[in-house]
Amino acid sequence: MDIFLQQIINGLVQGSIYALVALGYTMVYGIMGLINFAHGEVVMIGTLVTITVTSLLIKAGVPLAVAGLAGLGASVLACMAIGWGLERVAYRPLRNAPRLTPLITAIGMSIVLQNIAMIVWGRNYMTFPPLLPKVDYEFAGANFTAVQVMIVVVSGLTMSGLVLLVYRTKLGMAMRATAQNPQVANLMGVNSNRVISAAFVIGSALAALAGVMVGTYYEIAHYQMGFMLGLKAFTAAVLGGIGNLAGAMAGGILLGIIEALGAGYIGDLTGGFLGSHYQDIFAFVVLIVVLMFKPSGLFGEKTGERA
Amino acid sequence: MSKWLGPRSATGILLIAVALIALPFVAALGGQAWVRIVNFAILYIFLALGLNIVVGFAGLLDLGYIAFYAVGAYAYALLASPHFGLHWPFWAILPIGALIACFFGVLLGSPTLKLRGDYLAIVTLGFGEIVRIFLNNLNAPINVTNGPQGITLIDPVAIGEFRFSGTSQILGISLSGPQKYYFLLVALAIFVIIINLRLQHSRIGRAWQAIREDEIAAKAVGINTRNIKLLAFAMGASFGGIAGGIFSAMQGFVSPESFSLIESIMILAMVVLGGMGHIPGVILGAVLLTILPEVLRYGVGPLQVAVFGKMLIDPESLRMLIFGLALVLVMRFKPAGLWPSPERKRELQGDA
Repeated sequence: MDIFLQQIINGLVQGSIYALVALGYTMVYGIMGLINFAHGEVVMIGTLVTITVTSLLIKAGVPLAVAGLAGLGASVLACMAIGWGLERVAYRPLRNAPRLTPLITAIGMSIVLQNIAMIVWGRNYMTFPPLLPKVDYEFAGANFTAVQVMIVVVSGLTMSGLVLLVYRTKLGMAMRATAQNPQVANLMGVNSNRVISAAFVIGSALAALAGVMVGTYYEIAHYQMGFMLGLKAFTAAVLGGIGNLAGAMAGGILLGIIEALGAGYIGDLTGGFLGSHYQDIFAFVVLIVVLMFKPSGLFGEKTGERA
Repeated sequence: MSKWLGPRSATGILLIAVALIALPFVAALGGQAWVRIVNFAILYIFLALGLNIVVGFAGLLDLGYIAFYAVGAYAYALLASPHFGLHWPFWAILPIGALIACFFGVLLGSPTLKLRGDYLAIVTLGFGEIVRIFLNNLNAPINVTNGPQGITLIDPVAIGEFRFSGTSQILGISLSGPQKYYFLLVALAIFVIIINLRLQHSRIGRAWQAIREDEIAAKAVGINTRNIKLLAFAMGASFGGIAGGIFSAMQGFVSPESFSLIESIMILAMVVLGGMGHIPGVILGAVLLTILPEVLRYGVGPLQVAVFGKMLIDPESLRMLIFGLALVLVMRFKPAGLWPSPERKRELQGDA
């Protein structure tokens, strides 16, 4: 039983990170119908910026908490700038282009960001400075750390904040209007360019936060880390029904838990035939199965064939 | 077909033929590595044309195309290497590889083809990853794929006693291994291109285009959209399988590393960058995106030294950086691709 609980906790932590990244994908998709393939790289840059800033400050003798917060702030700002720039350079000029064209520029930007990161930070793995004390807490036979608690709490708060933003503010209303129909929203006085920029900037801020969490959780970072993380988060967004905020959150957490449980139990389930290195398969198998029965994701609205 | 026989076309074909025959010898002046690069360009033409059937003709976004390439490559590797002690002839395995890949195409397609656009994309992406992860891990408890080490010592292509690896003398001309493969590849490429050209204007090809433009309308005029879409998947997959088999034989080595998602994405980039659905465009895209990174590989280092007097930036990352920028810039200024089909160009200009 404690293994089960342990894997649920691990899954919840990983899932919260997926959910934060998935929100970035889903916001952009909901508004523009575009898969922002470079989003995973934004997460990666978020992690690396935090490492650099925090380590420098710690070396300069600044207290841990201040250094950590400064690192977080720097990475959020950096990522927001990148998200904004990304949209301006790679997507805005192509808004009326054929559907696959922005996909290719997204891939191009992803390659560019990855290689910029490699030029700036090098090929080696970087270690994340430990910010929170390594204390194990125990609950019903399962262990968890302060970092894990922090990740779940902070992402919960952030997501609530985002929901408030989207459903209770004027900007949120403009976003929802643009998502429904950009032309009509424009006629109603919504500046859709600004709304789209805002979606990219907010999504990138969430990505930066997720990046910091990944860094504190795994204590290691690398210029190629964004790709798989982005892929999983995108899977989570699709699982929940892409374009749907609640779906992205639920999809992220669900994916995290399924992966953790899968990795924990696959050996027993298959009589030792498949080991835990098949962990990465779960995300995709679950995705395919869910989409076979619910073609627009768990929470996606049913749309026409040519939506 | 009569326009093919006009005197101007005849001269054109003759010129192209001469250029194709001369190419491996010209490339060899820069070293055998360049002949190999040219060979890979042709291999990528196969792949890009195969994916073009799915994405360009039928309008189904497939991000896991490399899986079929992998299936073909491993089919050849397992049936013609010391790994299982099997040494079947190339010509027997190639159709088998195509069939297995085709089977996988149907396997992936049948449950997923009702998904619309981007959902289909992510499912195919997931499928590609699943295939790669299995290839990576199927070395235990039964060693099927030899895991991350991959399979080595794969038999080269051979026709009777004539082997395509190593140097040999033909009609007094010395031909290296890659040069011999080049001629084999060109022959196959001409075959594949003709199939594609004929497909495009066939009943099936027109059905694909109808589905791409408007699926509901296509259904309404009596096209069995499900079967026709499956057919696109299966045919695209078979081309991938054939390319995989040739890759395996040419390299003599396969490992899961060659079949990562980024490869699928590169092939998609070739199709879109060249001009989706337009065969000459797709060929151009495949050639450019294979050659450009290699040219950059050899050019970026010396260029830096020439301009700045020393290596400022790691040439490997600079090369990929330029490559990524090139993708963005081409799409920015040529949204329909470098060489789009005339109809598509008209449509886009009509919109503006």
